Amino acid sequence: MSRFFDRARDLASRAAFIFVFAAALAPISARAEAPGLPPASDPAARGLAIAQETDKRDRGWGDAKADMKMILTNASGETSERALRFMMLENGDASDGDWSLMTFDKPRDIQGTALLTYSHVKEADEQWLYLPTVKRVKRISSTNKSGPFVGSEFAFEDFSTQQVAKFAYKWLKDEPCGDRACHVVERTPQYEDSGYTREIVWIDSTDYQFRKIDYYDRKDTLLKTLTCLNFKLYEDKFWRPQELDMVNHETGKTTKLLWQGYSFHTGLSKSDFTTASLERER
Amino acid sequence: MVTSFCIGTRGLSRAGGTALLFAAILFAKPSAAFADDFGLRGSIEPEFRVFTQSPSSNGQRNTDLSVAGELTAKYIWDGGDQSLVATPFARLDQQDSRRTHWDFRELRYGYVFGDWEFRAGFDKVFSGVTEAVHLVDIVNQVDVIEDPVKQEARLGQPMVRLRTTQDFGAFDFFLLPYFRDRDFPGPDGRPATDIPVDRDLTRYGSAQGKRHIDGAFRYSNHFGDVDLGLSYFQGTGRDPILSPALSKNGDLVLAPLYPQIKQASIDAQATEGAMLYKFEGYWRRELGREYGAATGGIEYTLYGILGTEGDLGLVAEYALDSRGLQQRDPYENDGFLALRWTANDAASTSLLAGAVIDAETGALGFRFKGERRIGDDYRLSVEAYFFGNVPRQDPVYNIADDSYVQFRIARFF
Repeated sequence: MSRFFDRARDLASRAAFIFVFAAALAPISARAEAPGLPPASDPAARGLAIAQETDKRDRGWGDAKADMKMILTNASGETSERALRFMMLENGDASDGDWSLMTFDKPRDIQGTALLTYSHVKEADEQWLYLPTVKRVKRISSTNKSGPFVGSEFAFEDFSTQQVAKFAYKWLKDEPCGDRACHVVERTPQYEDSGYTREIVWIDSTDYQFRKIDYYDRKDTLLKTLTCLNFKLYEDKFWRPQELDMVNHETGKTTKLLWQGYSFHTGLSKSDFTTASLERER
Repeated sequence: MVTSFCIGTRGLSRAGGTALLFAAILFAKPSAAFADDFGLRGSIEPEFRVFTQSPSSNGQRNTDLSVAGELTAKYIWDGGDQSLVATPFARLDQQDSRRTHWDFRELRYGYVFGDWEFRAGFDKVFSGVTEAVHLVDIVNQVDVIEDPVKQEARLGQPMVRLRTTQDFGAFDFFLLPYFRDRDFPGPDGRPATDIPVDRDLTRYGSAQGKRHIDGAFRYSNHFGDVDLGLSYFQGTGRDPILSPALSKNGDLVLAPLYPQIKQASIDAQATEGAMLYKFEGYWRRELGREYGAATGGIEYTLYGILGTEGDLGLVAEYALDSRGLQQRDPYENDGFLALRWTANDAASTSLLAGAVIDAETGALGFRFKGERRIGDDYRLSVEAYFFGNVPRQDPVYNIADDSYVQFRIARFF
C-alpha cells in the first residue's frame, strides 16, 4: 500500500519536474508567471504579490517533523557538526507566526537542550530554553535576531518563519536562475533588531520557492549568500530544499544545512508545543 | 583504577557502587546500532582541584584528583507517550571518601495521556527563575559534595508526579514518599565546614523520619511577557539545622536536624526585550516559627558587543532572609553581580566573572569560570572560587579558607 503511494508521489514529482523543465525551456520574455501579478511599473505591489504567492503556496502544511544536520566549515577548512530535530506547527492564523520546538542531538555536550519558539509578526517572539542537566526551563529574550545560531553562519532571524508582513518589498527584475526563471525581489526587514538593511531574494516563477538570498549588513555591504538546493516535493504540494548553503563573504566561513526525514501532518498539536512538553523525553 | 584512590572503610559500599557504575559507563559505549527509540549517552569528566590556602585540618590536602561519570539510558515507545529513563551518576575522589559517591539522578517511568502526564521513580525537577540563589526549588535535595559553593547539583528524588497542562496553566502534584538527607564532605574533604557534619547524629522533626510522606503542588503559566509560578510544599525541610554535638568518639561535630515545614512560594519573571526582571520568594512555617526569604534582580544582555558576534550578559541580584545571620542560609542580605561573555563561536567559548558581597558583614566571594568545546566531543572548563574579608560571624567563614581553582575536561559520548 505504502509502496503504491510512494510510486504515485514519484510520478507526481516527475510530472512536476517535466513541467519545470518545460518552463525553463520557454523563453524568459514569455514571462510564465502566476496570473494577476501587478505590472513591472509598480515594483512595490509586484514584490508584495510575489511574497504573498510564495506564502499562499505553502499554506496548509499543518505540522511537520524533520531532522537537520549542520556542517560548519571555517576559513581553513576545519569542520564541526551539529544535529537537531525539529517539530513545527503551522499557525492557523495566517497573520501570526508558527510554532517550533528544536532539540539538539549534537554537539553532545548540549545534547537534549531544546528551544521552544512562538513566533509573531508584530510583537516579539516568545522563546523558552530547556537545559536538561539542571532540568530548567528558562524564558529567554528573543531580541537577539542577528546573533549567530550555535556558532554557525545562520543568524537567528534566518531561521525564524518568514511571514509576509515582516518585510517591505520591491520587485527588481525577472531573470534566469539555474534552469528556471526567477523573480528578483528586494525585501527590507520591518521588525526590530535585524542585522540586515536589505535582502535580495530569488523566487522561481513556477513553484514560488526561495532559490537564493543575498544578505546585506548594516553597512549595506554584501555579507552572506544563501543557496537552496535539492528541492523535494512532499504531499504533492510542499516543496522543501534538502540542502541550504550559507556563505559568509566577509569571513570565508560556510554552513551547510542538510534536512532529512521530513514528514507532514504527523498529528502534532498545540499541546506538543508547551513549556511542559519541553521537559519531556524526545 | 579504583585501588589507587584512598578509600576509608566507611566509604567501602559507596566506593563499590561507584566502581560498578564506572564499569557500566566505560563498557556501555553506544554502538550506534540501536533502534530509534533507544538512546544511550554519557560523559566522563576528570577533575583537578588546587586549594590556594593552607588546610584547616590535618587530613586535608592542597590538591585533589577526581573523576565523575554520568550515563543516561532512555527507552521511548508508544509514539513518544511512554518512556523509561535511567541516569546513574558517580564520582571517585582521591582525598575525600564522602565525595566518592554515586546516585541515580533519574530512574523513572513516564506516561503522557492527552493533557495529562504521569511520572514515577527517581526524578529531578527544577522551579525558579533567578541565577544566584534558588529559593523556591525545594523538591530535590542539594548534592552539596558535588557542588559545594553554587549548590546547583541535585540528588534524584523518589516521587510520583502528576501534571496537567490546561489553557489556564500547568498544575503539578508531587507525592514524595522518601526523604534524602544531605550528604556532607568528610573530615578530609574541601571545601568543608571547619567542624565536620556527622550524619549518624541526624534527627528528624517527624517520627517517621525519612519515611515521612511529603507533598508539593505547583501552578505555572505565562501571561504575555510574564512567567509565573506558585508552589506549596509540606513535609521534611531540605536544608538541615546544624547544631554542635559530640560524636560517638567524643569529637566535636555538627548534628543535622530536619524539621517539618510548610512553605508557600512565588517565582516570576518578566521578559522585556533584552532585559529580564526576576523575583523569587517564600514564606515558611517551621518549629512554630514563621519566616520568609526573597531574592530578585535583573539579567540584561548586550548582543553583538563592539561589533563582534559575542554577547555580554549582566546579572545583578539581591537576596534577603528575615532570619538574618544564621548558618542555614548564608545569603541573608547579600548582593550578587556577574558578567558573562559568550563568544558564539563554533567552540561555544564563554567566560563568567561573578561576585557576592554580604551587605551586613562585608564578606566577599568571587567566582570565575571559562569553558569551551574542543573538537566535537570534549569540553574544557576552568573554574575558581575565592573568598575574602570573611568575618567569623558570617556563615561563609567555614569555607572561607577553602578558595580553589578547578580544572575539568569532559568527554561526551
